[in-house]
Order: sequence, then structure tokens, then C-alpha cells
Amino acid sequence: MGLPAKNKGAILSKIATNDQHGENSEYFDGWKAYDKDPFHLSRNPHGIIQMGLAENQLCLDLIKDWVMENPEASICTLEGVHQFSDIANFQDYHGLKKFRQAIAHFMGKARGGKVTFDPERVVMSGGATGANETIMFCLADPGDVFLIPSPYYAAFDRDLRWRTGVEIIPVPCSSSNNFKLTVEAVDWAYKKAQESNKKVKGLILTNPSNPLGTMLDKDTLTNLVRFVTRKNIHLVVDEIYAATVFAGGDFVSVAEVVNDVDISEVNVDLIHIVYSLSKDMGLPGFRVGIVYSYNDSVVSCARKMSSFGLVSSQTQLMLASMLSDDRFVENFLMESSRRLGIRHKVFTTGLKKADISCLTSNAGLFAWMDLRHLLRDRNSFESEIELWHIIIDKVKLNVSPGSSFRCTEPGWFRVCFANMDDDTLHVALGRIQDFVSKNNNKIVEKASENDQVIQNNNAKKQNWRQSNLRLSFRRLYEDGLSSPGIMSPHSPLLRA
Amino acid sequence: MKQLSTKVTSNAHGQDSSYFLGWEEYEKNPYNEIKNPNGIIQMGLAENQLCFDLIETWLAKNPDAAGLKKDGQSIFKELALFQDYHGLPEFKKALAEFMEEIRGNRVTFDPSKIVLAAGSTSANETLMFCLAEPGDAFLLPTPYYPGFDRDLKWRTGAEIVPIHCSSSNGFQITESALQQAYQQAQKLDLKVKGVLVTNPSNPLGTMLTRREINLLVDFISSKNIHLISDEIYSGTVFGFEQFVSVMDVLKDKNLENSEVSKRVHVVYSLSKDLGLPGFRVGAIYSNDEMVVSAATKMSSFGLVSSQTQYLLSALLSDKKFTSTYLNENQKRLKIRQKQLVSGLEAAGVTCLKSNAGLFCWVDMRHLLDTNTFEAELQLWKKIVYEVKLNISPGSSCHCTEPGWFRVCFANMSEDTLHLAMKRFKQYVESTDSKRMISKSSHERIKSLRKRTVSNWVFRVSWTDRVPDER
Repeated sequence: MGLPAKNKGAILSKIATNDQHGENSEYFDGWKAYDKDPFHLSRNPHGIIQMGLAENQLCLDLIKDWVMENPEASICTLEGVHQFSDIANFQDYHGLKKFRQAIAHFMGKARGGKVTFDPERVVMSGGATGANETIMFCLADPGDVFLIPSPYYAAFDRDLRWRTGVEIIPVPCSSSNNFKLTVEAVDWAYKKAQESNKKVKGLILTNPSNPLGTMLDKDTLTNLVRFVTRKNIHLVVDEIYAATVFAGGDFVSVAEVVNDVDISEVNVDLIHIVYSLSKDMGLPGFRVGIVYSYNDSVVSCARKMSSFGLVSSQTQLMLASMLSDDRFVENFLMESSRRLGIRHKVFTTGLKKADISCLTSNAGLFAWMDLRHLLRDRNSFESEIELWHIIIDKVKLNVSPGSSFRCTEPGWFRVCFANMDDDTLHVALGRIQDFVSKNNNKIVEKASENDQVIQNNNAKKQNWRQSNLRLSFRRLYEDGLSSPGIMSPHSPLLRA
Repeated sequence: MKQLSTKVTSNAHGQDSSYFLGWEEYEKNPYNEIKNPNGIIQMGLAENQLCFDLIETWLAKNPDAAGLKKDGQSIFKELALFQDYHGLPEFKKALAEFMEEIRGNRVTFDPSKIVLAAGSTSANETLMFCLAEPGDAFLLPTPYYPGFDRDLKWRTGAEIVPIHCSSSNGFQITESALQQAYQQAQKLDLKVKGVLVTNPSNPLGTMLTRREINLLVDFISSKNIHLISDEIYSGTVFGFEQFVSVMDVLKDKNLENSEVSKRVHVVYSLSKDLGLPGFRVGAIYSNDEMVVSAATKMSSFGLVSSQTQYLLSALLSDKKFTSTYLNENQKRLKIRQKQLVSGLEAAGVTCLKSNAGLFCWVDMRHLLDTNTFEAELQLWKKIVYEVKLNISPGSSCHCTEPGWFRVCFANMSEDTLHLAMKRFKQYVESTDSKRMISKSSHERIKSLRKRTVSNWVFRVSWTDRVPDER
């Protein structure tokens, strides 16, 4: 009845019909499986526990209390409604002055008061999603390249490339040095890109890192700043996890480096920060993204572009008030760090009981879990996906496989721990421990029968438990698990 | 190597246009009844400030919605975490019903075909990303909203080719103008992907006639292209005539589930009808699944704040409120528009007859020294700097005839409007008297006659428009 699909494609743009939005990646498949069978402590205790969503739900009670205690910060309450018409009418893309000041102030506090931020450089955007896309539109033309250390946040493929036409080239980091980013690695990637006649416009990185949860040390960051200055390319640092630092970690913002380094060694026109309140404060629904640039032209351009994703004035007003409340902010930052630290400890300790270790980290809302010893084949991403399916299907946890973050080594998984209550976390840990021990017991009985198999594996001989564990997974593979591919039927996302 | 992108250095954002420069001047010297009574009065901003009291009253009566509660329970946490780009279901449902109500419930809107965006600014840009490649063109009737240059072209790389409309027929879209624009695009080697209209029109304040919409639907059908109908002002219709949406026409032509209907997209927003531009609530409505799917993903770049979605879902679900609001809004807009029109008439200045929008399209051609855009700009500067009124010159709206200005009336108090009219009248009278002194009596009569003739001609041409076919 309608036009054939091919014709239909010509009627819409390439952007609308390609899959450069990246939503067909495994990253979203896990979500889809969870959507079909979501865990609930009482209503669906056997459902899948969502550990693939980097949300911070630990301190919303503090924010809620503040909102209740400060009705004048809302334009809807009796105490605040006198502001309604002015605020409802306010669409100036500079944003409320009070809001910009409060954001600049909060950004400074979230970095331990080591740096101050200029409210005039604070530009709004539709979440960090909008901020990252906007900064690309400002710094690069279609076909230009940005380097990005991998593993990286999966949705960057959409945010940085989809509508901008910018290309991203990964700078692979490996477990051999704990996934640390080095200037040498960046330089190597830069040279390689240049050799292929690609126009490298800059380097973009997330610090603290998603998915690693680690932070750059001051020396490396300083050297990166020097590097981009020498090469005259941009440095964009997404500091969305700046205030998720716990257990004594020391976050060094690129703003601190800009302050401290010799003026001859840094061209500040090349330095840009992306920020958001979605992780530090746990308010992703409010869509507060920030572009902060030391380059005046970029500030000006990004501000014009912010028309495409301004923060709701209702939200600006509320946050302007909240983030100006020093007492609240100081207590919040301290308490958030404390709760995250506890959560992280409980989680990683629980994993250790199941002989699972994580990359050492002290920031972020997740752990970078090492499951390489459980892979059927340590060098195969297919194995990783098989293992991932087992985790979803049998252990009933949605975690994110390293390949969805473009990790170059199979076997790593990002597991989120701050998007659930304590009880759910214990259930999750219990499931992991149960599963691991159950399968170990089975294997102890059949160990002799499977000696040959064990010998054929790449098992570490000194760790019989690990080899048996892998064997247990192998057993599961043989139990007729579905082949790698989309596990869930068409999700609502695809039907949208 | 060029350090920044071409978007930074180009001026395709259009902000160097006089439309925005007038704003800048206003920002430097804004009128305030008490603090700055000699400041510039802002009449270049199409805002609706007439009905906030209705919303404020509603808030007072609805503490749950106001306090982010549902059935007495706080849903703060749920809202704080809600970032699903499908939007809050109850909000989309309420929005769909509100759009239906505005159209007299003659047509239905399916909430699942609504994509939320950060204002219609974002909605329009998103549609361009979905429908056009860089270098593709959309045809737009002139005059058009100056912000379209930024929204449709800047980051998308799309082009706008104007459909020239003229005062000879009240700026209506004609078939020949459409064809001419299409051919012009072809001459420029641009692939036409669609037509975009604003209905009711900004800056004209008029509604598209059924004839025009039929023409457009037939046109896009034959050319196999898209039609975007930006109906952001649909709730500001205050005349006797009913608003005819493109959805009405599709229904009446029995095209509702046709292939053509998949290429018709409606853009909406709450910035004008409800006067809430600060909340950034825009929407795309499309019958094409792929467009809805792609646009939904793109909305990640500009989602509507969850607390705002929640508040508005409660507000718009209250049918008693919405019907009272729409009625009252129309009444107040009508009165206010009349005040502007009569104030201008007292200065011997007429407007294009209109019954929608938050502005009038004012004919100041007789006040120009010469029939040129330079003269228009000169007149505009005088009005901004001497008369201290910020109004928008027609050239900033890409009008092809010099001398037309858009003047807003719904973004100020009655007193301020009266003051603005007083200032304007004084200016015109002083200009008239200057003209009287400098010209010979022969020329004096000629210029008087010219003004009268143009009014007469205008009134004759107007009868072509009214009444309209149902």
C-alpha cells in the first residue's frame, strides 16, 4: 500500500534512517530485558535487578527534605507562586543569573573549593547529552575527528557523532596498566589518525571515568593539557562524576590544572568542561547540563545553541536556591561521598566473596568488574556476550558488557551499585554468591570427569576454584543457551 | 588549521539580524513604569502575559501538583530520576487532549505519535534533522518568523527558499508563488524536501484559509515532499472564524491514514497559548513511525524537565481549567488586539486584518521616505531610538515589501500599551507636521491621498479573504 522501504528512506534523512544513534547496541539490549521483567522486592522478587543504570539514588532524601523545607524555591507553592509569571515567562538563553551563579558556586564546591568558576562562562544545555553534542557542533565540522580513550560511555557514539557528523577514534587503554590513560597513548593515536589524513580537532575524556570509576592523576592531566596546547587541538573533559568521589579519592579537575600550570604551557582557548547534575545530585529528570568553556567564542556560540536545550526556568529557580544554600551543599557533598563509599565497599567486598575482583577505583556510581576468568575463551568477545547472557538469564542481573564500551579486552563488565536500595544490593550480591558457590559444588563432584576439559582451558593452575568456576559456565553454555544476539523480543524502544 | 567549527564563525544563527538587535537595544534601556518610564517599550517579543492569573489560581487550588505529590504521596524521587525520552505518559495524553480541544475536538491526536522537545525551537530543528540532508531545502512563505533561519538551517545545513507572498492579496499563499519557489530551488540546485508553514501565521497573525491548506496538501502530494505545520499559535485564535488545522483538512479530504498523511507533521508548543516559554515545552506530532522513532531518540538532546512535565500533566488534565483558560485567553487577546489596532488607527496607521497571534502586522509604508528597505530600516531606528518602541521590521521577517512591521500586544500591561500608542501617535503627528512644512501643498494633498488610497485598496483586497469557506 505504501511506498517501498527504499523510497521511504529517500524521503527521510540519512540521520533518521541510519543506526548511528547506536541504540541497537547491547548496552540497550540489557535494558530491554530488564524492562520486561523488572525486579521489585515484594512484587517481583525474582525479576532482573537493574545494575546497568548509572543513577545516584543514595541522597535523594536529602534533596527532597530541602525541597519540602524551602517552599519558596518552587513557583507552584503558596510561598513561591508570586514568582510564577516572571519565571514562566523567562526564556533568556543566558539563564537566570542566580542559577548561573549557583551552578558556578556548586561546581567549585564539588571540586573541594580548589577552583572557582565564572558564572559568565556557564552555558546551559539539555543534560550532559546536550552539552556534549553542542560542544562538538562548536569545535568540529562533519568529518573532523575527536580522540577518546576507551573504554568509554556507550552513548557517546550518539551524542558526539550522530547529528554532528564528527568521527570519534578510540585511544585504547588496557588492563596491563590498570586502564590508565597516558600521553604516549594519545600521541600514538593522534599520529595514526594524522597518517590516515584525518583532521584531529581534539581529545574528549570523562574524568572521573565512566565506566572505570578511576580518576586521572594531576601529572597526567597536566601533561595532557600541555600536549593539546602543543598540538593546538581541543581538550574536552566531561566531569559529570566530579562529586561522586569517595573513600579518600582526590579529584583533580582540569580547571585546577588550568589554574596551576604555567601560562606559556596552556592555551586556555582549547580547554572546555562538560558538567551536569544528573550524577552528582541524582537529578537526571531535571535535565541540567552545562557547557563551561575558557574560550569566549565557544561560550558565545554554545549559548546561542543552548536555545535548543534550555533548562526549564522552573528547574533553574529551584536549583538556584538549593545550590546557593551552602549549609545544604556542604552537608550533601559530604554525605553523598560517605554513602557512596559505604555502598562501594559493601559491593566490592561482596564480590570478593565470590572471587570476583574489580578495578581499584574511588569515584563513579559503578565498579569495573573483572570476569575474564569466567570466559570460555579469554580472547573472544563472543564469549563475553555469552557470559553476559548467562548473567542476565541465570543470575538475573542486568550489567553492561565491556564491549558495549568499546573495551579492547573481553571479560570486563560495568556494574552499577548506587541505583538501588540496600536490600536490593544484598539480594544482588546474594544471587552472585549463590550462583558461584552452587556451580562450584556441582563441579567439585564432577571435577575428575572433566579433567581433560580443565587441562584444555587457559585456567590458572594455581587457582582451582577459578578453573572450576569457568567450567561451570562452560556447562551452562552447553546447556543450550541461546546464541549471541538480541535476547529480548522487540522492546518498546524499538517500537517507538 | 581552523580552530573552531564553521558554525561558530558563520552567522547562520541569524542573530545579527535587526530582529535581535532591537532586543539588544531594549535590554540596554528597558521601560519600567516606575524605574525607567522613558525606556524602550518591548513590542518585539511575541509573549502571552495575559492569563498568568488563571494558572496561579489553579496552582493555589491544586497543592498536590504544586508540591510534586500524587494522591498525597511525594513523587519527588520518581520525577528526579525520570529521564525516559518517551516522556511522562500522563503528560503526553493531556497534551494530546489539549491539542484536540483547541481544534474543537474535530480531530484526534494519538499520544504515541507525540515527541516532546525543548520548545518548538528544538522541535523544528529536530524535524529538519529527520527530513532533510545538508543542502536540502524547505519552502517557507514570507514573511516568516526570523528565528527559523537559526532553527531550520544553522546546525542542520538545510536551506530555506522563500514562497513570496504579497500585500496585494493579504499575503496569502498562491499556487503560482508555490510553483515559483519550487522552481527557484531547482535553479539553485537545491532538492526540495518540503514546505513549512506557521498557522496561525507569525508575523501576520492571520490563519491559513482552507483553500491555502488544500493547496499545500495537494502540492506536497504531487511533489512527494513533506508539510510541516507549526501550529504554535493555534490557541491564540480570537476572531469569529474557526481555526482550521492541517489535521482538519486531512480529515475532510479523507486522507487521514494515507501515504500523504505520513508526510504531514505538526509542531506545537505551550510557549504562546499558555504563555510558558520558560518551561521549554515543545512537541512534534507525526504519522510517520520512523520520524517519531528518530525524533524520539533525538529528543535526548533536549528533554522536557520531569517536574515541568508533571506540573503540566496535572494542569492540562483538568478539563474545567483548560476550557475556561482557552475561552478567557481568547477574550483577553481580542480586547488587547483591538486596543492596539485602534491606537494605531488614531495615528492614521492600519494593520493587516487578523484574528490570531500575539501581534499585528502593521502597514507603515506611507511613513517611509522611499519605498526601500533602507528607508524601512531608517524608520525602524527612529521608532526604536526616538519613539522608544522596539518593534520588528518586516525585512527581518524576510518580507518582500518594505514598510511592514510586526508589533506585539500581549506582552505588556494595558497601561503600557496605551503609553506606547500615545508615543507612536505623537511621533506620527510630528512627522506629518514636518512633512507638511517641507512639502508643497500639491505634494501634501498627494501624500494624504496616497494614504487614503492605500487604506481603500487595502480594504478592497481584504474582502477577498472574509468570509472563508468552512
